[in-house]
Amino acid sequence: MAKSGKTDTAAPPNRPGLTFHVPEPPFRPGDAVDYSFLDIPPPDRIPRPDETVEARQVHDLAYGLVRVLGDDHEASGSWDPRLDPAMLLRMLRKMALLRAFDDRMFRAQRQGKTSFYLKSTGEEAVAIGAALALDREDMCFPSYRQQGILLARDYPLVRMIDQIYSNRDDPLFGRQLPILYSAREYGFFTLSGNLTTQYPQAVGWAMASAAKGDTRIAATWCGEGSTSEGDFHNALTFAAVYNAPCVFNVVNNQYAISTYPGFAGSERTTFAARAIGYGIPGIRVDGNDILAVWSATRWAADRARLNLGPTLIELFTYRAEAHSTSDDPSVYRSAQERQEWPLGDPITRLKRHCIARGIWDLERQEAMDLEVASEVASAQKEAETHGILGHGLHQPDTTMFQDVFEHMPWHLREQCEQAIRERALKWPERP
Amino acid sequence: MTMTQALNSALAVMMARDDGVMVLGEDVGYFGGVFRVTAGLQEKFGKHRCFDTPITECGIIGAAIGMAAYGLRPVPEIQFADYIYPGLDQIISEAARIRYRSAGDFTCPITIRLPFGGGIFGGQTHSQSPESLFTHISGVKTVVPSNPHDAKGLLIAAIEDNDPVIFMEPKRCYNGPFDGYYDRPAKSWAGHPDAEVDEGYYRVPLGKARIVREGQDLTVLAYGTMVHVTRQVLAEHGIDGELIDLRTLVPLDIETIETSVKKTGRCMIVHEATRTSGFGAELSALVQERCFYHLEAPIERVTGFDTPYPHSLEWSYFPGPIRIGEALARLMRG
Repeated sequence: MAKSGKTDTAAPPNRPGLTFHVPEPPFRPGDAVDYSFLDIPPPDRIPRPDETVEARQVHDLAYGLVRVLGDDHEASGSWDPRLDPAMLLRMLRKMALLRAFDDRMFRAQRQGKTSFYLKSTGEEAVAIGAALALDREDMCFPSYRQQGILLARDYPLVRMIDQIYSNRDDPLFGRQLPILYSAREYGFFTLSGNLTTQYPQAVGWAMASAAKGDTRIAATWCGEGSTSEGDFHNALTFAAVYNAPCVFNVVNNQYAISTYPGFAGSERTTFAARAIGYGIPGIRVDGNDILAVWSATRWAADRARLNLGPTLIELFTYRAEAHSTSDDPSVYRSAQERQEWPLGDPITRLKRHCIARGIWDLERQEAMDLEVASEVASAQKEAETHGILGHGLHQPDTTMFQDVFEHMPWHLREQCEQAIRERALKWPERP
Repeated sequence: MTMTQALNSALAVMMARDDGVMVLGEDVGYFGGVFRVTAGLQEKFGKHRCFDTPITECGIIGAAIGMAAYGLRPVPEIQFADYIYPGLDQIISEAARIRYRSAGDFTCPITIRLPFGGGIFGGQTHSQSPESLFTHISGVKTVVPSNPHDAKGLLIAAIEDNDPVIFMEPKRCYNGPFDGYYDRPAKSWAGHPDAEVDEGYYRVPLGKARIVREGQDLTVLAYGTMVHVTRQVLAEHGIDGELIDLRTLVPLDIETIETSVKKTGRCMIVHEATRTSGFGAELSALVQERCFYHLEAPIERVTGFDTPYPHSLEWSYFPGPIRIGEALARLMRG
């Protein structure tokens, strides 16, 4: 056979050998944890600029950390949104509800009532703070860890659990993995298992809104690990080119399953700073400070509404628990990390702030915790009357073939008939 | 009209009828597209309706999906089918699945236009026929016109369809039908009966094949450029073949295929795409399953070879008159 006509060339002598760099996280299982390398500034180190600020002027925002709640639990600085007590207590309740929901659903998975669950513990402020700062009509393109948006928008808990159980009332007919919700009426775009695909879609939605002279904006979320996907780049390019009214959120919770953010490039920059290169303001926010999250989201939303274009918000937080019910973080990270995390817990921080402001106390907190737990428990009980995964009849087999297309073509009709035939043979008692 | 003009007319008709129809893609705006399919649309309908995009196929498809979720009816163009691959995740994982995974909560009525096929010295990355990548995805329709009349009617039907449609345009036939004789002067669409195109609105339904030529001796299943090549070869050999232009690959017009093969007892499948796991394999399997007792000879597949599309050896690669002729002879002997 013919041979390629390449010849070897000798390497030049006396050159130093190259070294291959593989990032290594600061802590591994068994390591003592010391977060002193993180710069956690006090609330007003980075003042809130005017919404008209340009990307090249926001280096402080992109490399710093915007905070409202200080270590003294007081709100201060120019980012303080000065929310009224009713809003603060609404935030507190929604975060407590989300944590109770996550805990309950995690246990439901362990009890075999569903195949899978994924908590957002420690990141409650990210979804709820943002959702409460956006308008109800704005369209959210979330990733799988923003279930808080649904709670903030009062989506029925029973319906969420129906989806998690894939039971006969599951609005998605048992087609989707648990937690991959879809709720158009609540401005919550159908969740995909494929990471960051929602980013350019959010931009497209925002472009459409702008092209039609609408007033609604889009917001989207991904994790810091998912910023490595090509769609992150595509979306930011598109958003910058068309000045799309879109808010990008990067939830930097320090982990992408087992990998720390160094594997997404954090050794050299922040995720907020990436936006600047696209000509998009980037702002890095204390993701466990719901007032800072609310404030930054509102700032970004206002920019979008004023036709000033997209903004990227990096939410600096910590994934307090396992990636999912299929994950055990003790095999890749230090058990001390969670308690040493310098930005604390979002619920505890808001609670202490509310107490410091004299609008809340531990007694009321205790009563509220009981209330939200019982709200979740009764929703769960109701959902279980609709069945749990694998128990009882769920959807008729025809639903498996519907909605592939608007109208079922002949080949799916044939396969549907086959499935129904097989079902009658497999389970003659419940054809 | 040429096929280019017919496609342009379809876009103009739909943009005038429905202000949700948006045309986007690389060079489609001011310039009017590298093949002129979108010429004049920006001038006529404005930059909000027809616009240039950054060079990112997944960005184009992803944004189109978001626009569709908003309620528009985008018609993104990918400059060459050979460059669709960066957009595949958005097509496979998203566009095709959105209706299903959201139980109809969200839909994705987009039409992705892809100039495809060889015969133009396009080499490896301007000649491919990737239709079988799309026919394998549940949730997208795949449409391939072969002439100006169908191109316009099918594109209008595709844009109106509420599901994502991959619309593959055989670029060798943009300006005239190509019969496989690369060494003869190129023909134009002028005077061709399928080039008489109505200026206004009309549809050619998706999922319906067209019997281009009725016949008794064998059935030929073809689409795109190969319809013209096969027609020429049948005429040369004086064989009374029934030539079916599939027009839509998914959903397939199985009824027309089945009726024809049961009548003729012989079946030849012709496509430009590579052979292994090409769409011809699916067609062959379907014909075998449904018409087995009517078959008088093994089903023939005439396709491109299982190599990347070569530049200088284009006419050795292309499934032209010789390859089709040999298959015809084998079929008619059997």
